[in-house]
Amino acid sequence: MEPIYLDNNATTRVADEVFQEIKPYFCDLYGNPSSMHIFGGQVGSQIKQARQRVADLLGCSPGEIIFTGCGTESDNTAIQGTLAAYPNKRKIITTRVEHPAVLAVCRELENRGYTVVELSVDRDGQLDLAELDAELNEDTAIVTVMYANNETGVIFPVEEIAKRVSAHGSVFHTDAVQAVGKIPINLVESHIDLLSLSGHKLHAPKGVGVLYVRKGTRLIPFMLGGHQEYGRRAGTENVPGIIGLGKACQLAQVAFDVENKQVKALRDHLEATLMTTCQGAMLNGVKEKRLPNTTNISFEFVEGEAILLMLNQFGVCASSGSACTSGALEPSHVLRAMGVPFTAAHGSIRFSLSRYTTQAEIDLVAEKLPPIINRLRELSPFVPK
Amino acid sequence: MWEYTDQVWDHFYNPRNAGEVENPDGVGEVGSLACGDALKLTFKLGDDARISEAKFQTFGCASAIASSSVLTEMIVGLTLDEAAKLTNKEIADKLGGLPDQKMHCSVMGMEALEAAIKNYKGEESSTVSIHGHVVCTCFGVTDDEIKRVVLENELMTVEEVTNYCKAGGGCGGCHGEIEDILEVVQKDKIQKVSHKAAPHGKFTNIQKIQLIQQTINEQVRPALRAHGGNIELIDVDGDKVIVGFRGMCAQCPSSDFTMQGVVESKLREYVSEDLVVIESKEHSAE
Repeated sequence: MEPIYLDNNATTRVADEVFQEIKPYFCDLYGNPSSMHIFGGQVGSQIKQARQRVADLLGCSPGEIIFTGCGTESDNTAIQGTLAAYPNKRKIITTRVEHPAVLAVCRELENRGYTVVELSVDRDGQLDLAELDAELNEDTAIVTVMYANNETGVIFPVEEIAKRVSAHGSVFHTDAVQAVGKIPINLVESHIDLLSLSGHKLHAPKGVGVLYVRKGTRLIPFMLGGHQEYGRRAGTENVPGIIGLGKACQLAQVAFDVENKQVKALRDHLEATLMTTCQGAMLNGVKEKRLPNTTNISFEFVEGEAILLMLNQFGVCASSGSACTSGALEPSHVLRAMGVPFTAAHGSIRFSLSRYTTQAEIDLVAEKLPPIINRLRELSPFVPK
Repeated sequence: MWEYTDQVWDHFYNPRNAGEVENPDGVGEVGSLACGDALKLTFKLGDDARISEAKFQTFGCASAIASSSVLTEMIVGLTLDEAAKLTNKEIADKLGGLPDQKMHCSVMGMEALEAAIKNYKGEESSTVSIHGHVVCTCFGVTDDEIKRVVLENELMTVEEVTNYCKAGGGCGGCHGEIEDILEVVQKDKIQKVSHKAAPHGKFTNIQKIQLIQQTINEQVRPALRAHGGNIELIDVDGDKVIVGFRGMCAQCPSSDFTMQGVVESKLREYVSEDLVVIESKEHSAE
């Protein structure tokens, strides 16, 4: 059965163009770019081109791009590297809805004596910037706020936040793993100091990420060793990954139109259909200011894992914020931070589309899901008669 | 992705006896929306005093639905005495086993059956009334329930208890008490966890304070964090450890339990048996 893949916020398929581009770098052009021979050295020029392509997508200069092993490494480097650069500042500001790659780091740092403030979100998943203003002080080393939420797709006003943070003399980092490639980002006139992205979320392979470090930003390297990445991230380059990411960024630049028209139209259609055809459906996250590919819908009184496994019968891949799917006993920290009631949090489903999603696939989900919800509601003891 | 057996898939995709028995003789309801799974079991007795019909309604994941479905098949034809002897292990075995973290689904089936039988006998209403005292305040699990799953499933660790009945799966404040129950029930079978203070012997005040801070960081905070709370070490005065609860813990009515259950027992276990924990309300007003 062909999968109907609507879990693109988890990972994406590698674009054909990307795959073609990186193929030679496994068995033929396998040299080490640091080597003192042309066989290795020729690879270096390809990495340079990839760096330029990433910079073009973000609107920054190639010297501001550090290739890393993944989004999580970028986040770790950004936060810990900044704290190491400002040893006298002891406060970190983040949000309650960050990805674990940020949240777990902040909480570990709290154990090591840092003060960590987690900004709250409202029922729509939005921040109150007055809370940020109240917390910013001269002790604040870094503020790290995600560009867009992986579960709900809600986009935070990071440019505005960056401006306020910068006015306070603190460093601003954003985990833009879900945003890059889906919405245009232009760092030319931005106050963002550090930005993380991950290759496999935008049709590049897994195992490559980027940390953008704005020129003039102080950062102590996290990985020590060789002189790669101008000495800012040691370790032999993941050559195929980097070249693939470069190509994926080039493709993303021309795909924004597709993302914001075709993908968004399909998402909106799916969302509108399910909201009217499925009983007890409610949208999680503000409707506007959201990634064009993501929708997170709760189905009251039914449980997410059961929905996913019923969908799985038809090859449909999605994800859920229910407790059962994670092996934890409590539902998603994002939905809980938003105050989504338990009646709905356990039954939340995230569909995340990509430029490869077709109308036929969306139609199939729209057709199959309502009877699944009805069936599970019939089984549920909670549905009001 | 969970590894479910073919029997689980079968009962999930083709649930038997879904719905409610008309004019039931017994009704049992367990679980809640907050907990993420719940089961309402109804049955009818035949003229031969055996269960002639049983139906279920379940809110929950695939294994919860499958456990409920197989349960209704297993109890039809049984007398109430026979049915009352059914254990969660038999339910899980009938399904060819369940993943460890899903064993609580089979326990839910057993508890619903128990509640339904009691309801028939007129002993109580259809919902489970509390027997014993509540150990896990997050999921409302009592010591009696914990003892039973420990005994019937030969559980040895807190983690296993959490898998089987959810107790200890929230804030973690009851881990100490669950350990105590395990020790009482399993006696010699369990490797005794020493609650004696770690063999530090004499240490300086600075070492003591550092050890207290380290213990709070490593043993206490992660559990509170899971519930959106936090703890701060404010001061150490002799053997008095003054802490403040933050975030959701600050307003939590069960923070007294948390303090007794986790902070003090952990500090006594890792630092010194003489420590007493005191909550500072002043500092938590922010």
